[in-house]
Amino acid sequence: MNRPDPNEFPPLSLAVPEPEVRPGDQPDFSHVAIPRAGTVRRPPVDADPESIRDLAFTIIRVLNRDGQAVGPWAEALDITPEDLLTGLRHMMTLRIYDARMLNAQRQQKTSFYMQHLGEEAISCGFQRALRPGDMNFPTYRQAGLLIAAGYPISSMMNQVFSNAEDPMRGRQLPVCYSSREHGFFTISGNLATQYIQAVGWAMASAISGDRKIAAGWIGDGSTAESDFHAALVFASTYKAPVVLNIVNNQWAISTFQGIARGGAGTFAARGLGFGIPSLRVDGNDYLAVLAAAQWAAERARCNLGPTLIEYVTYRAGAHSTSDDPTAYRPTEESNAWPLGDPILRLKNHLIVLGHWSDERHAQAEAEILAEITQMQKRAEAIGTLHHGQHPSPADMFEDVYAEMPPHLLKQRHEAGF
Amino acid sequence: MARMTMIEAIRDALDVAMGADPSVVVFGEDVGYFGGVFRCTAGLQAKYGKTRCFDTPINESGIVGAAIGMAAYGLRPVVEIQFADYVYPAYDQIVSEAARLRYRSAGQFTCPLVVRMPSGGGIFGGQTHSQSPEALFTHVTGLKTVVPSNPRDAKGLLLAAIECPDPVIFFEPKRLYNGPFDGHHDRPVTAWKTHELGEVPEGHYTIPLGRAEVRRQGRAATVLAYGTMVHVALAAAEEAGVDAEVIDLRTLLPLDMETITASVSKTGRCLVLHEATLTSGYGAELAALVQAECFWHLEAPIRRVAGWDTPYPHTHEWSYFPGPARVAEALRQLVEVA
Repeated sequence: MNRPDPNEFPPLSLAVPEPEVRPGDQPDFSHVAIPRAGTVRRPPVDADPESIRDLAFTIIRVLNRDGQAVGPWAEALDITPEDLLTGLRHMMTLRIYDARMLNAQRQQKTSFYMQHLGEEAISCGFQRALRPGDMNFPTYRQAGLLIAAGYPISSMMNQVFSNAEDPMRGRQLPVCYSSREHGFFTISGNLATQYIQAVGWAMASAISGDRKIAAGWIGDGSTAESDFHAALVFASTYKAPVVLNIVNNQWAISTFQGIARGGAGTFAARGLGFGIPSLRVDGNDYLAVLAAAQWAAERARCNLGPTLIEYVTYRAGAHSTSDDPTAYRPTEESNAWPLGDPILRLKNHLIVLGHWSDERHAQAEAEILAEITQMQKRAEAIGTLHHGQHPSPADMFEDVYAEMPPHLLKQRHEAGF
Repeated sequence: MARMTMIEAIRDALDVAMGADPSVVVFGEDVGYFGGVFRCTAGLQAKYGKTRCFDTPINESGIVGAAIGMAAYGLRPVVEIQFADYVYPAYDQIVSEAARLRYRSAGQFTCPLVVRMPSGGGIFGGQTHSQSPEALFTHVTGLKTVVPSNPRDAKGLLLAAIECPDPVIFFEPKRLYNGPFDGHHDRPVTAWKTHELGEVPEGHYTIPLGRAEVRRQGRAATVLAYGTMVHVALAAAEEAGVDAEVIDLRTLLPLDMETITASVSKTGRCLVLHEATLTSGYGAELAALVQAECFWHLEAPIRRVAGWDTPYPHTHEWSYFPGPARVAEALRQLVEVA
């Protein structure tokens, strides 16, 4: 560019990023550079963060188009065929559960629901790298952590229906689960707050000389929150034993990921300025998710500090039942997403390995559906949002404090409970 | 008993708590090696090590957010926000997270956390080192809010706060750190060593949260005050020649309504004081409660004296501060109402 006359700089203009396409346009993901599966190196867990900066700009992939697990990340995987079948079952369970709950919301059995469609591999896969006692600080789109940790689906349903058996006693929006026992921190609903809390929890484990690690979760949009920055500063300063996960599903409600990412190359690259080893991973590849999670968890357990992982995926469904994505993105965009469907990809891999078949898959699907339908019937028999049994309104006043202070007791009496 | 400033009493409380319970950790900006800008944590890092008392990055939401994670793990963090005026970046973590963990998780996760912060004016701190934002916290259910007025209370209340299973916001009126201050800024500074409440019991003791203390018995009017304003009220009562009963609330939430009701029922008149700005201040809550509980005993409208509804000005500090002259005048008017 020619140097302008210093006395006559042009008027300034504001840059507002726009996605490549909008409704009515042809979906286009040609800007997403996707390396072939198995081509990205796997450094030792104690590699100097400076020497692995490239891993924040590529995509670690394990499953290739032929359903084979290839490359150094595949070779390092600590997993049996039974584990893979379990993983597939977790993802199928989550998808079927989502479909049932989405439908229940349409039937007004609950006020609200958020599904995982297309993102099942991330939470289901990651959980397999954790051990009992470790703690996730999830967002609202990681129910696979609970399923993979063995939390009862029936308790999830009771929560969604806010019925008498809701472990959260009807206090929380649907999908805001909590289970200390299953390493699942109470979901806030506010964004990003949990990210720095995960770091604090991990610091506490280190202060206590414990062996537990933490995992923080955040979406692409919420990385713009100050608490994301706080988490990275604290994690980096104190080398906290924490895995900091970013689920980049391309869309923050209607806002494309470029608004939060700005001029950065990738979300993973946000970690580099903090000296935090940062990986970018195929989020629709169960094996790549697990391989990266195992690498990061090992780093944390070896006292090597935090790891940042960006999972590149696509939110195939609406943000929530209150959202209509046709208003801001092409309807065909999810089909054009180049990383495929996580369940289909693991299914094909298991078929290639000779441990699975289309028939067995269809049979498993029918089994899971029957199981979940049965559970749903039982949950609905207890109660749904507007029918059946609910927690007592008197309970509304409990758990505000460990002991109810006089003013609250007075209000409870005034309310007639 | 030992003679202590409020700074020493707070440090002593932290020392006692850290010595008794390995899960107590103390951190914040300049808190570790240096011992805090007001020296409240001096010596704690040397005594308990760097993992129990340490410096943090300048990020208040990070300090409180990390502390919430630690509390959920099972530690008892006591964090320092360098000035109450700096707490706002942590407000979301305090309001949406710390205050609600127990409720939203039905008791699975709790938050035994203390957030300490110097508050109030009187040190020429200008608008960013003088504020009293207690009403922003008493309005949040799930929190307890404490404001001590002397070294003995500060230690006992801080130990009670650390042992409390719920999050506690602990304001330390910074003008009281080194001595009782009655608002007469033009007079020589008095030290805690000459004051009865500068005598602090050694070792462990607690002052239960939610209990007020009558600092001066009287029959003509009740003054509700906390922090620095307790001392201003005591001076003003003498100067106005009004037989006022001065109640030091100590804990704003939960509030000791019993002590308040007993006093106002006796005196029939009530003056509410705070250094924070008037409108929607904690005094509004106090006035509403007194009106509701003691209406048939009241012989005059409840009065409030507070900071003016302006930002805390630097050069006009003493025109802003609700000092003894304003309080005495209000007391005189209060008892004159027929």
